Amino acid sequence: MKIVVPVKRVVDYNIKPRVKADGSGVETAGVKMSMNPFDEIAVEEAVRLKEKGVATEVVVVSIGVQQAQDTLRTAMAMGADRAILVLSEESPEPLAVAKVLKAISEKEQPGLFILGKQAIDDDMNATGQMLAGLLGWGQGTFAGKVEVTDGRVLVTREIDGGTEDVSLALPAVVTADLRLNEPRYASLPNIMKARKKPLETLKAEDLGVDMARRLTVVSVAEPEQRKAGVKVGSVGELVEKLRNEAKVI
Amino acid sequence: MTALVLLDHEEGRIRKSALSAVTAAAQLGDVHVLVAGDAAVAQAAAAISGVSKVLHAADAQYAHELAEPLAALIVSLAGGYDQIIAAAGAVGKNVLPRAAALLDVQPIPEVVRIVDAETFVRPIYAGNALATVRSSDAKKVLTVRGSAFDAAPAEGGSAPVEAVAPAANPNVSEFVAVHLSESERPELESARVVVSGGRGLQSEEKFHILEPLADKLGAAIGASRAAVDSGFVPNEFQVGQTGKIVAPELYLAFGISGAIQHLAGMKDSRVIVAVNKDPEAPIFQVADYGIEGDLFEVVPALTAALS
Repeated sequence: MKIVVPVKRVVDYNIKPRVKADGSGVETAGVKMSMNPFDEIAVEEAVRLKEKGVATEVVVVSIGVQQAQDTLRTAMAMGADRAILVLSEESPEPLAVAKVLKAISEKEQPGLFILGKQAIDDDMNATGQMLAGLLGWGQGTFAGKVEVTDGRVLVTREIDGGTEDVSLALPAVVTADLRLNEPRYASLPNIMKARKKPLETLKAEDLGVDMARRLTVVSVAEPEQRKAGVKVGSVGELVEKLRNEAKVI
Repeated sequence: MTALVLLDHEEGRIRKSALSAVTAAAQLGDVHVLVAGDAAVAQAAAAISGVSKVLHAADAQYAHELAEPLAALIVSLAGGYDQIIAAAGAVGKNVLPRAAALLDVQPIPEVVRIVDAETFVRPIYAGNALATVRSSDAKKVLTVRGSAFDAAPAEGGSAPVEAVAPAANPNVSEFVAVHLSESERPELESARVVVSGGRGLQSEEKFHILEPLADKLGAAIGASRAAVDSGFVPNEFQVGQTGKIVAPELYLAFGISGAIQHLAGMKDSRVIVAVNKDPEAPIFQVADYGIEGDLFEVVPALTAALS
């Protein structure tokens, strides 16, 4: 079984994003970019399934600007076998991404897609579900555990108030939650080896996908800042303030 | 204009966040709600103030709110609606994007403000920025953040309940089991007070120190990702970008440093109290009241002071 893992290049999670002065978006020029943390978990799970003999090949795909090839090299250094870069504008919408991935699916015929549950830049949490819908496949979202047996995949999903187990017919789409695994670091020799692994470049237009945006960003603003608080010296003072000043207890 | 709200429920009860989705929908026009599964929930839904019709799909395939049959059902009903809305909980986030793809619509997740029928405000970058977006899709599919809209009153309405036919089940998924955590405390997302612990609590045993305080305040207990990853509490306690988003009257953070991803889940709380040994902890930048000190001294003292 082949596993396809879509990965996204995003502003590094340690960086505090800055809203551009003209309100057109968030500053990305000259900012450190890295692989979306949920996608690292997805790559790790796919590589583990290969190590267990469940998967035969792990193909990583990224959709975006030329520099996304760095993200793909990182995924290959973690153990993915080859990569596909689909060139498009920076950060296309989930609907367009899902359509590109559907086209890739027709070409690659995977048994499983593993995605991150959401990208930490647009916080959409939609691409996996949309891809599953377009393909008519089952979806195991917010996966905390994945087990492949007898042509099906058992997914333990993180839900409000606990977990839920669902069984999906293969092929299927799984989206990784934080607790699915602890992604490995790529070692230097593996980073070197990843440079020689195949990376194919395609254009979104050539896949027949309309990349036009459905959502226009009218403006991006800083959230309202909280006014500075005070430090209190004792528990007694805190209780007094909560009772008489904030009136919350 | 008429909006269809997917009303998610658990063990025969309508989730409070679903009532917030009704409030959001009412800002756009007439509100119909869809209840899949439980008939008693459909009856309860008829009494929600502001709802003009309840669509009830009774078929057994909807019992566990699986995405595949539920999205197919929504798509079969979508023709008559301008908006399809759900609360941004585990069910809404799972089902609505799938339905949106089938309708060829780009969904708009976690809406915190409705500007007009085309324009919506949503947080991006873990709540570090607010984007106002205008949708060109003929139909809008959105999930709304429960903490950003008041819950619609659960009583006062008298909407008719109409049975709807099931849609063809794609038959690609099966429910196996659910494991819910037992808790007598208020639900984290709707609690008036939240008492939260982080890595500073040190262990699962020591985390219990927060319980008497939570009991005194009638509070829900929350946790940072660090506390969850260290195994102090199960992950449904997690407050943050990747856990629950809360906005209580009072949020007390003990031993939580205040990483961006945690702040995204609680910085809309009305009053924030932080107790931390580290005077430089970022949590103090958002706290209304801070105590620089050892939580193992502060928590019992605070619990005693409230007696």
